[in-house]
Amino acid sequence: MTGRKHVLSILVENKPGVLTRIAGLFARRGFNIDTLTVGPTDDDQISRVTLTVDGALHPIDQVTKQLHKLINVLKIRDLEPADTVARELALFKVAADGTARAEVLQICEIFRGKVVDVGKRSIIIEITGTTDKVAAFERMVRPFGLIEMMRTGEIAIARGRQET
Amino acid sequence: MRAVDAVMECLKAEGVEVVFGLPGGANIPTYDALYDAGIRHVLVRHEAGGGHAAEGYAKATGRVGVSLGTSGPGATNLITPIVDAMMDSVPVVFITGQVRTELLGTDGFQEADVMGMTMPGVKHSIMITHPTEIPRALHEAFYLARTGRPGPVVVDIPTDLSRVDIPYEPVTDVRLPGYQPNTEGNTKQIRQAAKALAAARRPVIYAGGGVVNANASEELRALVRADRFPCTCTLMGLGAFPAPDPQWLGMLGMHGTRAANYAMDEADLICCVGARFDDRITGKLSEFAPRAKFIHIDIDPAEISKNIPAHIPIVGDCKSVLAKLVEEYRALDADSGRLDEWNGRIEEWKTRYPLRYDDSEGTEIKPQRLIQAVYEATGGDAIITSDVGQHQMWTAQYYDFPEPRRWINSGGLGTMGFGLPAAMGAAIGCPDKTVVCISGDGSIQMNAQELATCAQEGIPVKVVISNNGYLGMVRQWQELFWDRRYSQVDLGQFPDFVKLAEAYGCHGVRLTDKTTLVDDLKAAFAVPGPVVVDARVTAEENVYPMIAPGAAARDMVG
Ligand SMILES: Cc1ncc(C[n+]2csc(CCOP(=O)(O)OP(=O)(O)O)c2C)c(N)n1
Repeated sequence: MTGRKHVLSILVENKPGVLTRIAGLFARRGFNIDTLTVGPTDDDQISRVTLTVDGALHPIDQVTKQLHKLINVLKIRDLEPADTVARELALFKVAADGTARAEVLQICEIFRGKVVDVGKRSIIIEITGTTDKVAAFERMVRPFGLIEMMRTGEIAIARGRQET
Repeated sequence: MRAVDAVMECLKAEGVEVVFGLPGGANIPTYDALYDAGIRHVLVRHEAGGGHAAEGYAKATGRVGVSLGTSGPGATNLITPIVDAMMDSVPVVFITGQVRTELLGTDGFQEADVMGMTMPGVKHSIMITHPTEIPRALHEAFYLARTGRPGPVVVDIPTDLSRVDIPYEPVTDVRLPGYQPNTEGNTKQIRQAAKALAAARRPVIYAGGGVVNANASEELRALVRADRFPCTCTLMGLGAFPAPDPQWLGMLGMHGTRAANYAMDEADLICCVGARFDDRITGKLSEFAPRAKFIHIDIDPAEISKNIPAHIPIVGDCKSVLAKLVEEYRALDADSGRLDEWNGRIEEWKTRYPLRYDDSEGTEIKPQRLIQAVYEATGGDAIITSDVGQHQMWTAQYYDFPEPRRWINSGGLGTMGFGLPAAMGAAIGCPDKTVVCISGDGSIQMNAQELATCAQEGIPVKVVISNNGYLGMVRQWQELFWDRRYSQVDLGQFPDFVKLAEAYGCHGVRLTDKTTLVDDLKAAFAVPGPVVVDARVTAEENVYPMIAPGAAARDMVG
């Protein structure tokens, strides 16, 4: 059992109940899902689930074997972080009036964030990037007063020519 | 044709000869189609009875069982058999009615979320969303139920969809891209396993229900005979290897024989075939077979290294893998003399620690004797089903199963109420065999209503109740581990089972004397139709030997 975070990229048939089956399988075995994203692929019959779990807590082998048993699961890849491009999207609503605003905007620029809304006393910033980058941004803006934050969880794709 | 008529066409195309069920509002259309479909329907008195009957049919025949229920309470009553079938890998297709599509999710009358409630306990489930999907869904259900690791598949059909006219064409191809069971087994790994067996000095073959499911007991025997390997079976595997055989160790696990458990404990190599290292087998995991390397053969890759890391994993169908393994083994021309010492040691355990009980005094029937008497009265040639409890363990210990599919019980889930309906299914599937259900006074009361089904359908099941007045197995645990505080296990107020049998239209007899036991049983079994035997047995007898839960094999008691 290695301690690393696992990013599982799962291709599933686009059928009702598939996500329940996947989530239920984790719940029943007491495995905790860190993040979970689901979206369409280029084939409308097939969806992709990207799921991250903590490998230190759970035997990842059992997880993938059990997932494989679900009839609607077509393919599973346990993506190696080094060979993977992973991104998440986050929205931060930060309290920012007066002088703070300039500082927050400066941080936003350094992180290549995007200001998507400006209010009188707050701004909303969109950040995309690795989980680490999003977390780092959070650390930077939290002292200004973080009103709300939303993160999507990761989507990931393997590097190179091979299909994920 | 109506979608429900297409359902019947599918069942016929799948070779279904009997279905077990009970109608209700949401599946009246299905029952209307059944009315003249030419498929036998057995009207059970409780859907759970129908589900277990379908399991019994499947376990006895190796074919897919079919069970029907209506929506809501009909479907929830099927949950126990569904999960039971999952735990024991039994191929059963459950077809449930569902409320009209416009009512779905509105808490309509008799609505239950069958998909949601059954999902964690099925091999697969299919909710029909369009009537034209029905034929394909049903054929997929049968295919999934019987292939790979067998299991239960649920098909839920909203009642409005089931009445619509659809064009019906037989489905001949099943396309399931996400389902590709690996049946063949990797040749290199099989060769490696053969080599490990040839090198082992203290090997044990440990076989389970997977061998029965795969119809691989011939191949198992061939492997054992290839070099006088000692062989033990799990509760689910009994009969896969013939009990009256010199290489037979008896069952292993919590109530297994000392020979089997000690052999596991001292083994240097364990070849596990179609079994899953259940906690009732391993006891304390860290002290289980501490000297052994493991070969693990299973159709389900998720079983391999789940509880015990396998040194040589082989994913495949037991039948083909064992056949190849025997071939590879023979080619190695191993020195069989190396096993003499080991077989000698095992022989010693067998003589020193036979299964035993004391009934030297009085005429009271000891439950162990009851099982032996059933064996004698049937000449060992019956299909035996059991319920759950002490009587189940004594049957496993004292009835020497000569062949697979003769022993039908709820091993994984341990479901009381399984025995009688399962016997009905077995009797219908194997009409030329005597079918005996060995039950307890507790268990039989969980589905006793099916006696009415037996009487009405003329199903000649013989029920033998090992009547000790207690929820015996729980009482035993309370005696051994809870300081004899017998909390809620006294069934003193049990019904008069003879009268109960008669009330349901069955024949009933009471037995109290061990000296005439075999003849009395023979006479009871000779009565045509369903019979209930109320055998009064010693109340506070315990099942021994025993590995206490979580203990190690070496520390067996009794
Ligand atoms: C449906 C269900 N409820 C409860 C149990 C727990 N349980 C296991 S054995 C047992 C006692 C069984 O008593 P009986 O059928 O009289 O058989 P005996 O042990 O006396 O032979 C009970 C209650 C169970 N296995 N199944």
